[in-house]
Amino acid sequence: MLNTINKSPFANNSFETSSRFFQPGDPILFIEDGVYAVQANNKFSNTLRDILKNNPVYALGPDLNARGISEITAGVKSIGYEGFVELVEDHQVNSWL
Amino acid sequence: MEEFEDDEIVKKIMHVMREAPHGTIYTYEGLEMILIMAAYDQDISVAFIDDGVYALKKGQNTEDIEIKGFAKTFGALDGYDVEKLYVDQISLEERGLNEDDLVVDVEVLNSAEIGKLMAEQDLVVHH
Amino acid sequence: MNIGILLKEGPYNHQAADTAFKFAEAAIKKGHTIDAVFFYNDGVINATKLMDPPQDDRHIADRWKNLCQKHGVQILACVAAAKRRGINDDVLIDCGTITGLGNLTDIAIRNDRLITFGD
Repeated sequence: MLNTINKSPFANNSFETSSRFFQPGDPILFIEDGVYAVQANNKFSNTLRDILKNNPVYALGPDLNARGISEITAGVKSIGYEGFVELVEDHQVNSWL
Repeated sequence: MEEFEDDEIVKKIMHVMREAPHGTIYTYEGLEMILIMAAYDQDISVAFIDDGVYALKKGQNTEDIEIKGFAKTFGALDGYDVEKLYVDQISLEERGLNEDDLVVDVEVLNSAEIGKLMAEQDLVVHH
Repeated sequence: MNIGILLKEGPYNHQAADTAFKFAEAAIKKGHTIDAVFFYNDGVINATKLMDPPQDDRHIADRWKNLCQKHGVQILACVAAAKRRGINDDVLIDCGTITGLGNLTDIAIRNDRLITFGD
């Protein structure tokens, strides 16, 4: 199942909570304010590195650009809306709001 | 005809309550959605996670804020054939609550168990 | 693939309406069918034609109207949520429909995916 997270992890616990429910192999996609989670060298970088051992992690490029985030945690892939659609082609979606 | 065909498909639909009940309308309108979907003979479950567990707390009295209370409706969901109510154990414990504090019988499950159930769903809707 | 979209947040206040639209656009471009966009909660405010943003801003109601008129996407607002918020047929965008949650259930059942956007 594709998990999307749209909240800044600094303001909301949706990333922290959702990560308890991820299944191995589930892709994680950060969108909207969620993308602040993947900025390189923030306090979530270590958590993300752990998650990346079992789950592919993506961030929506247009949302990164909009927020001036150019460096992202190693292993996280930036994708566009087409990439978002491709993930949806392969997975049911669990949109954490 | 199309509706007739739809009737033969049973999807596993999980509703996730993650917001506290009265500060926003999400839980209440979420409940309205659950009640309608239940009428369509789908395989419905509801998971209460984070502040969502507060929707089930006993002793809610909304009279003075003039917002319609709905804890009792959650308590009566089995009357609508919605019998799968799951509560996230950590969320309950973090809030100093236990099963006795809730208006309805639920299954308290750990994250791994709820995660596994989520993975089995055709559809997960967060409210 | 057939896809339904559930939009639970109003326009402008939150990015959800924008992301939902960009997703729908990209999915259509890739050859998928967006069966319907269903507005719920404050999402029903997406359905008002009274929306009148400044000229240099995107017009969110027009986006939905165009998806409906050009790509046959059903633009639906939940009647119970709409009534609460003063959205009725008088203010409804062209090509939009006010409908019930039963219709959302049908959309959930008949499509391969139902994707939620919201706050």
